[in-house]
Amino acid sequence: MSRGTVIDLCYLIAAITFILALKGLSSPKHARRGTLVGAAGMALAIGATFFRPGLSHIWLIVIAMVIGVVIAVPVARLVKMTAMPQLVAIFNGVGGGAAALVSITEFIGTDTKQVATYKVLEVLLGVLIGSVSFAGSAIAFIKLQELITGRPITYPGQQVINGIVGVIIVALVFAILVTSSTALLWVLLGFSLVLGVIFVLPIGGADVPVLISLLNSFTGVAVAASGFTLNNNLLIVAGTLVGASGMLLTRMMSSAMGRSLPNILFSAFGSVVTASGATEDATGRSVRSGTADDIGVLLAYSRKVVIIPGYGLAVAQAQHVAKELADTLTAKGVEVFYAIHPVAGRMPGHMNVLLAEANVPYEQLKEMDEANPELATADVALVVGANDTVNPAARNSPGSPIYGMPIINADQATNVVFLKRSMRPGFAGIDNELLYDPKTTLLFGDAKDTLTKLVAAVNAA
Amino acid sequence: MTGGILEYVTVFVLAGFVGVEVISQVPSLLHTPLMSGSNAIHGVIIVGAMIVLGGAHTGAEEVLGFLAVILATLNVVGGFVVTDRMLEMFKSKPGDRPKGPGSPGGPGSSGGAGS
Repeated sequence: MSRGTVIDLCYLIAAITFILALKGLSSPKHARRGTLVGAAGMALAIGATFFRPGLSHIWLIVIAMVIGVVIAVPVARLVKMTAMPQLVAIFNGVGGGAAALVSITEFIGTDTKQVATYKVLEVLLGVLIGSVSFAGSAIAFIKLQELITGRPITYPGQQVINGIVGVIIVALVFAILVTSSTALLWVLLGFSLVLGVIFVLPIGGADVPVLISLLNSFTGVAVAASGFTLNNNLLIVAGTLVGASGMLLTRMMSSAMGRSLPNILFSAFGSVVTASGATEDATGRSVRSGTADDIGVLLAYSRKVVIIPGYGLAVAQAQHVAKELADTLTAKGVEVFYAIHPVAGRMPGHMNVLLAEANVPYEQLKEMDEANPELATADVALVVGANDTVNPAARNSPGSPIYGMPIINADQATNVVFLKRSMRPGFAGIDNELLYDPKTTLLFGDAKDTLTKLVAAVNAA
Repeated sequence: MTGGILEYVTVFVLAGFVGVEVISQVPSLLHTPLMSGSNAIHGVIIVGAMIVLGGAHTGAEEVLGFLAVILATLNVVGGFVVTDRMLEMFKSKPGDRPKGPGSPGGPGSSGGAGS
């Protein structure tokens, strides 16, 4: 066997491990092993590449890798769980950037006048999709990190400008196909980055998780395009796996929100109109806030309590205290479970990860469809740092931007308790009429503090 | 050459079907780790980055390839470490669980101070 064949076999094994890794993620039991198998496959692929005939600059490669490792490991290890969505966004973005760079480098390294048109097209797709993913992920990161507002950013003529940029890009692609001009390729790179930015700016708040999933899928496609350029099956297989699965995940997430993907991407969710509506509501009505002792008694003498966690729980790192409260109530004979909205927090499954960290038993975690029938018979719906996912406007007011999104029916419980930091609206920027409902009690404060007080109050009751 | 491209297109199409099949069985509980895991897997672009840097002839190619290897390394290493950290939390025995990296540390640092 030639050396090239051995390397190709290693690539084949790596491709299989990637499939196994994704398959392993289908059960909590095998997920971790699956990831380790995938990482081993990745290591094999990287190791095999070092033995590629004619590979030069080995020291440069090693140095670049060391730099990458030195940056990535501390960042990935030290960032808090609440910032995980940002982290996934940024690691996704650099992957897209790498794919774009690989395609560019291959383009300027070959005599493009000599190659078939479809080869050039592959390069252009890699550059275009990779850099859209890179710039888009960067903006998503900035939004999630709240360096700029999470609200949709709109400006006059937005659709027109987006359209013009799109047309310019199509024109550039054709121009490069005809002329094989490297200078135009750089122009295309610039416009692709701009497209990534303006594509993400109008997408706001609650839709960012869907966006990250979509950009993840884009990066997969960009990697596959680079694979075509380099005639490398491993890149094609892995990139396509991620592209296809990411698309599916994106669709599952948007259907969980009761909206189509185009609607999420192009409707500038929760913009100006809603903001004015919110202030009107906030001034006109009053809310009832209670003390921890009152609520503790209410909880202790309930039969069934449903805890509805949201991003506020994640921010306050309150998952352990939430479990403590649930355990205390269970010890008093109260039936407790958690109702998890599919997009609670800032990523799908965000709440599951946090509550699993606190060792909450799986049986106590109920998905929205399973939890909703139970809420009508619940004595208390305890909403911990959630807002949009329990907003009845999604059911009742057709004018609301979240109208049609499935929600957890907290309003059907006999009593509703909100643990909130302030009256500020949720991430989607929409006011919640449930806060003004007479059966609702609010307890203001950091979720961890208020939950700790509630545990004490329940024990005392 | 035409035979070549068809071969790759075949691989592409089949891999697409495999991707959909494999993912359709993932419970929503694991959606976040899945997104992170597939994020790590597209880090395989590092192989492409090594190939272009390893075949670079000019200074421009070296610089671009070098940057590509750094970015791809960030993607691979960061992707796998983050996924592993998430999955670490699914261990169910209460006693021996290492302290989740998210749990210590002061509340409300730069991580996510919004509502």
